[in-house]
Amino acid sequence: MNYRDNPAAIRALVEPDRVHRDVYLDPELFELERERVFARSWVFVGHDSQVAAAGDYVTTSIAGTPIIMVRGQDGCVRVLENRCAHKGGMLLSRASGSAGKFLRCPYHAWSYKLDGTLIALPLKAGYAGTRLSAAPSGLRLASIASRNHRGFVFARLAADGPSFEEHFGAITAVLDNLAERSPLGRLRIAGACLASVIDCNWKIYLENINDGVHPVSTHESVARAARDAAKALPAASPMPMALEQLLPFGASYEFFVNAGVRVYPHGHSIFGTRASIHSGYGDLPDYVLALEAAHGAKRAREILAFAPQNSVLFPSLVAKNALQTLRVIRPLAVDRTVIEVWALELVGAPDVLLERTLTYNRLAFSPFSIVAHDDIHVFQTVQRALAANANPWVSLHREHVAGEAAAGAAETSGTSEWPMRNQYQAWAALMAPGQARAPA
Amino acid sequence: MSAAAPPLPVGREDLIDFVYREAELLDERQYQRWLDLFAEDGRYWIPAQPGQTDARLQVSLMLEDKLLLRARIERLGGERTFSQQPESRGLHVLQRPTVTAMNQERGVFGLRTRYLYIETRATLQHTFACTAQHTLACSGGALKIVEKRIDLLNADAPLPMVQLFM
Repeated sequence: MNYRDNPAAIRALVEPDRVHRDVYLDPELFELERERVFARSWVFVGHDSQVAAAGDYVTTSIAGTPIIMVRGQDGCVRVLENRCAHKGGMLLSRASGSAGKFLRCPYHAWSYKLDGTLIALPLKAGYAGTRLSAAPSGLRLASIASRNHRGFVFARLAADGPSFEEHFGAITAVLDNLAERSPLGRLRIAGACLASVIDCNWKIYLENINDGVHPVSTHESVARAARDAAKALPAASPMPMALEQLLPFGASYEFFVNAGVRVYPHGHSIFGTRASIHSGYGDLPDYVLALEAAHGAKRAREILAFAPQNSVLFPSLVAKNALQTLRVIRPLAVDRTVIEVWALELVGAPDVLLERTLTYNRLAFSPFSIVAHDDIHVFQTVQRALAANANPWVSLHREHVAGEAAAGAAETSGTSEWPMRNQYQAWAALMAPGQARAPA
Repeated sequence: MSAAAPPLPVGREDLIDFVYREAELLDERQYQRWLDLFAEDGRYWIPAQPGQTDARLQVSLMLEDKLLLRARIERLGGERTFSQQPESRGLHVLQRPTVTAMNQERGVFGLRTRYLYIETRATLQHTFACTAQHTLACSGGALKIVEKRIDLLNADAPLPMVQLFM
């Protein structure tokens, strides 16, 4: 099936209540996703606390394009292509570091300012009378549209596409809330990320994030082990932090129904609008006092009340405000995905909050996590079994209501598959722009 | 392990044998007997960064006390532990451990061991390069693990899931 020149065929993959398995399996669609979803969307690059001083940089890639996030001499954080204008060598090869005042390519010493302007190359006389000065190569590193929202840096690879505001809309409130959880309004990425590689399409992982039905079954083994560990605790001993975080994985269907879900245009969604598996953690009075001192009691309460289980900023950023955790989805191939897990430190808050964040990341998202193991097992079986020559459709019918797409940012049951349907409407709009939608 | 506890003073061979025996118990899936090698306040730690010193305020790949190790072992044997259908198997290939500390008075000992850990499940097999640092202490006449710290050569790379004990 040729999809590149056939927008109608792409549009036909997404129905209001089901999607065709090719979206998970077809390598051509994966290539098109790079061009049409990841390049045209605003993709999370990093946090500006990772590049605190002029010259500091991190390297990563979006849609297969290596990029640099660097703080310039002028204090601005920019996103540049990590590709020398000469012959394509990578300027920087470490995950992070400090570049000084210039970027100098190790291959032929072409040198650039930190804003990407080409300022020097050796044997300059040899370029006189050539077409170099008029060529893209002659001027600068390709710079990439970027936006820094409360320290969260996003980039849009494509020259044109939706603006940051058009793409995210109201969901930026999630990022604001993260920053406001710090008594000083400042966040800092704490250390390096934990990274897992999983053998499944990135959207299989994405759809699981705001899935309120799977914990009862998928996570039964860890819920049972946690319950038994809690029962074996000596009477009147304090609840260990790790158990406090693992026990809620045994919550009932009713709990997740009531937890609530809200979807937003362009594929975003929030799971746990009313309650989450993090709602029952013990109080931290010193932290609350610090927040009240900063914001006043009423505002502090509002900030803390917004504590959903997960917020998806489509296509690839997941925030867990209750614990200040970020996950970034980085697709490698149609059937291979890297998940990066980052911790945010709330500057000015007691240490115990960071300890909670790091404990949870380790328990739930590490490659060694007994929570993640059952998820990853299931995802990998989906990737394999979908290719079988049977029903090619994936059902997303649960709690589908005709006309839901027009309902905007409404709230519904936490077990609805609306977040997934909403993601595919956004996906289809990016992959096949201009194609009429079937009524949802 | 039903063998008699080593008589004091603890010799280098006792320490080295302990590390080999610990790996053997894991390869034989004798998880309860392996857990019994840990002191009550013992811990199993896989840092996320080379040279990491802080386990509380820096992230780790794994950091488990006996309570969490026990829960993990219980889960491995569960009927509805789907990630163990089919089950994983592991193998440790050790270089001879080096004794790094011997304090007979306090009854505290240290070893460093370089090894390959191989884990397989269904058609996939992964090999990991590891350096373990064991801190052992004498307790009630037996050697116990106070800390097993494992530095993975590629701790900062994206890793596949690892389900058993390194």
